[in-house]
Amino acid sequence: MTTFLLQWLNPPWLAYALAALVHCGLLLALVVGSVAVCNWAERKIAGRVQDRLGPARVGGRFGWLQSPADGLKLLCKEDLIPADADSLLFRFAPYISLGASFAAFVAIPLSNDWVAQRLDAAAFFVLAVAGLEVFGVILGGYASGSKWSLFGAMREAAQVVSYEVPLGLCVLVPVMVAGTMNLVKIGNMQEGWFTNWLIFHDPFTFITFWVYLTCAVASVNRAPFDLAEAESELVAGFLTEYSGFRWSAFFMAEYGSMLAVSFLAAILFFGGWNGPVPIARWFGLMQENGPLAGYLGNLLGLANMLAKGSLGIVVMMWIRWTLPRLRIDQVLTTCLKYCIPLAAATFVGAMAWTFVARGGLNAGNDDATTRPGVATGGVQGEVAMTKSQ
Amino acid sequence: MVMERISAELVECDVHTDELLINMGPQHPSTHGVLRLVLRTDGELILDVIPHIGYLHRSAEKLGESLAARQWLPYTDRLDYLASMNMNLGWSLVVEKLLGLEVTPRAACVRVMVAELNRIASHLVAAGCYGLDLGSFTPYMYAFREREKILDLFEAACGARLTYSYIVPGGVTADLPNGWLDRCAAFLDQFDPTIDDLHAVLTSNDIFIRRTAGVGVLDMKTAIDYGCTGPVLRGSGVDWDLRRDGEPWYARMYEGYAFDVIAPVHGHYRNEAAYPAAPRAAVVGDCWHRFFVRMIEVVQSMAIIRQAMDRYRGTDASMGQPIKATQKLPRGEAYLETEAPKGQMGFMVIGNDTKTPHRVRARSSCFCNLSVAPELCRGGLVADVPAVIGSLDLVLGEIDR
Repeated sequence: MTTFLLQWLNPPWLAYALAALVHCGLLLALVVGSVAVCNWAERKIAGRVQDRLGPARVGGRFGWLQSPADGLKLLCKEDLIPADADSLLFRFAPYISLGASFAAFVAIPLSNDWVAQRLDAAAFFVLAVAGLEVFGVILGGYASGSKWSLFGAMREAAQVVSYEVPLGLCVLVPVMVAGTMNLVKIGNMQEGWFTNWLIFHDPFTFITFWVYLTCAVASVNRAPFDLAEAESELVAGFLTEYSGFRWSAFFMAEYGSMLAVSFLAAILFFGGWNGPVPIARWFGLMQENGPLAGYLGNLLGLANMLAKGSLGIVVMMWIRWTLPRLRIDQVLTTCLKYCIPLAAATFVGAMAWTFVARGGLNAGNDDATTRPGVATGGVQGEVAMTKSQ
Repeated sequence: MVMERISAELVECDVHTDELLINMGPQHPSTHGVLRLVLRTDGELILDVIPHIGYLHRSAEKLGESLAARQWLPYTDRLDYLASMNMNLGWSLVVEKLLGLEVTPRAACVRVMVAELNRIASHLVAAGCYGLDLGSFTPYMYAFREREKILDLFEAACGARLTYSYIVPGGVTADLPNGWLDRCAAFLDQFDPTIDDLHAVLTSNDIFIRRTAGVGVLDMKTAIDYGCTGPVLRGSGVDWDLRRDGEPWYARMYEGYAFDVIAPVHGHYRNEAAYPAAPRAAVVGDCWHRFFVRMIEVVQSMAIIRQAMDRYRGTDASMGQPIKATQKLPRGEAYLETEAPKGQMGFMVIGNDTKTPHRVRARSSCFCNLSVAPELCRGGLVADVPAVIGSLDLVLGEIDR
C-alpha cells in the first residue's frame, strides 16, 4: 500500500504517514471490534451460565446492538471528576491503560507474517507493554481521591509483583523451546498437525500452559483475581470514581488485554495461525504457491487465530462467572508460592527435555545451523534430528 | 549534609503506616441494605469495625401504640422483609397469647407450611447473596430463581409476593386455594436436586472454602454472651432451636413433626453422612459452618412442609376467625420469641383494655447478631468483612425497625 501511495503523493513522508494511519486504523478496528463483540459475548455467556437469556432485544435478535448502545450511553454520561481527585492524573490514567493494552497488538502477528511491526523480540515487547497497563490502574486509583480507589490501587500494586514474574517465566518456556522471541517464527515452527503445537511438545510445556493461564487471568484482572475491582469489597476499587468515557477506556483496556493474552497463548502454545489439521498445506494455500494462495492461507490463519483467541476469552468468562473471588493473601500465595516454583521447575524441565531431545552434548557442534527457529527446522526438524542421532 | 547510617532493623520499625478510617456503607454493595460500618484499617488489616445503624428506622414500635393489633400486622411485614411470614407469625402468636386465642388445626398447618417455605426463601437469599459477597455472581441467580417459585406460591395463597400479612391473629386471612398443595409438592420435588447446584458452586467450591473456613470464628461462649440466635448460634455448635425448645405456645405448633436441629455439636451434624462433608479447614463457628447450617436447614424445612401437607389433608375445613381491628386487648402483657430464619424474633405487647396496645416491642435477632460482627472482623482482612457480615445474614429492616 505504501508503494501504491508513493506513486501518487508527492512528498514521500505523506504517503508513509497515510499508509501508517490506515494500518493503525485497521488494527484498532480489529481490537475495538473484538472488544465490542467480547462485551456482548460476556453478557450472553453470563446469561447462559446463570440460567437466563442475557440481552435479547436490543437491535432485534440476540441483543447484538447491546454493546454499541452501551457505548453510546457511556459517551452521553456526565463527565465527572471528584473534587478531591488529582484532576490531571485522573484524566490521564485511563489512556495509559488503554494505550498499553492496545499497543501490545503492534507486535502480535495475526497470521503468518501479518503483523504491524516485525520484531525479533516480539514476545518480550508484548509482555513489557502489556505490563504497563497496571500503571493506569494504580494511577487511576491513586488519583481518584477516594479511599476505596486507593485500596484498589494498592491491591493492584501487590498483585502485579506477584503475577508478573511467573507470567514472564511461563512465556520464557516456549521461547526457550523455540529458540527465538520472534512470534512469527514461533508460530511457523508449529506448522502441521496439532501434535506440533508447543503445548504438546513435552510434559513441561503442557504444565507451563496451565500456569500461564492462571497468571494471565491474574494479569488481566479477571475473576477470581479481580481484587483491584472487587465489587463486593471495594465498591468498584480503582474504578469507583470513574464514569462515562474514561470508565469505558478502562473497560476496553481490560478486554484488549484479555484478547492480547489469549492471542499470545495461541501463538506460544497452540500453534498460532496453524489449525489443528494442516488444511492450508493440503489445498496448497502457502506463500510459495504465489501471492493469492498465500493471501488465502493467511486469511485461514487469521480465522484460526481469532477462533483460538475467542476460545481463550470464553474460558476466562466461564471462569469469571463460576468462581468466587480469592482474598489478597491467597492471590499472593497462589502466584508467589505455587506459580513461581512451578514455572521455574517447568523451565528447567523443558530445558533438560530439549537438551536431551537434541542429543545432549553431542549436538553442540552443529547446533548453530540446525537450531529450530533459526533455520527452517522447528519442531519437525528437531524430531528429525533426534532420529538421525 | 551528613548521611546517617541507620541499621536495617531500625528502618523496619521506623516505617509505620497510618491507620485508615474508611466508611463502608450505608451505600455499599455488600452491606445488605443500609448498614454503615466504619472500618479502622492498617493496610488490608482490620483493626476495628464499628457498626452504625438507624438508616432504616421507621418508628415501627411507636406506630404500634396507635394502631390496633390487626392493623399493626402489615408493619411486621416490613421488619424482616425477606421472611414476612415468620414476622406475621411472631406477632400473631403473641397477640393470640395475650387474648388466649386458639387457632384451628388447619390454620396451624397452613402457618407451618408458609413459615417454613419462607424460611427456605430467606435462606436462599442468604446463600445467594453470600456468593455475591464473595465475588461469585452465579449462585445468586440460582438461589433467586428458586425463591421466585416460592413467591409464586405465596402469591397464589395471599396475593402478595413480599409483604404478605397472611398470618393474622386468629388464623390466616384465607385458606389455601385449590391445587396449591400439588403446586407446593411439585415445587419441593423440583427444588430438592437444585440444592446440590448450590453445594457445587459454593459449599464444596475450593475458593469458597478458602474464603470462609476458619474465617470469623465465633466460639460458643461469645455467641451466647452476645445473645446470638438462629443459624449464627447453631453454627457455633449450640443445639438450640425454638421450634423444638421454645415456649409451648410456639413450640406446640411443631409438635409431631420430625425434623433435626442443625448444629455442629462437637463438630458433628446429625445424619451428617447425608450432606457434603465439612472441609478439613472448617472450624466450628466459622463462616462456612454458619452458611452450611442454613443450607441444611432448608432440607429440614422441606421435610416439615411435606409432613404439614399430609397433616393438612387430614384436617377439617375450619379456618377460625381472624381478629378484627376493633378487637380490644385485655390488660396485661405477653412476650413470645419465635424461631425466624435469621434468629429468635421476639414480640412483646402490653394491652390496657383498649383497641391499641399500650406498648409494642420487637426484639430483633439481627441486632444481636450484628453486635458480634466487630469481634469477628477484628484481625481479619478487608475482604473478610463482607464474608463475616454476609454469614451473619442481616436484614436492616429488622435491626432498625
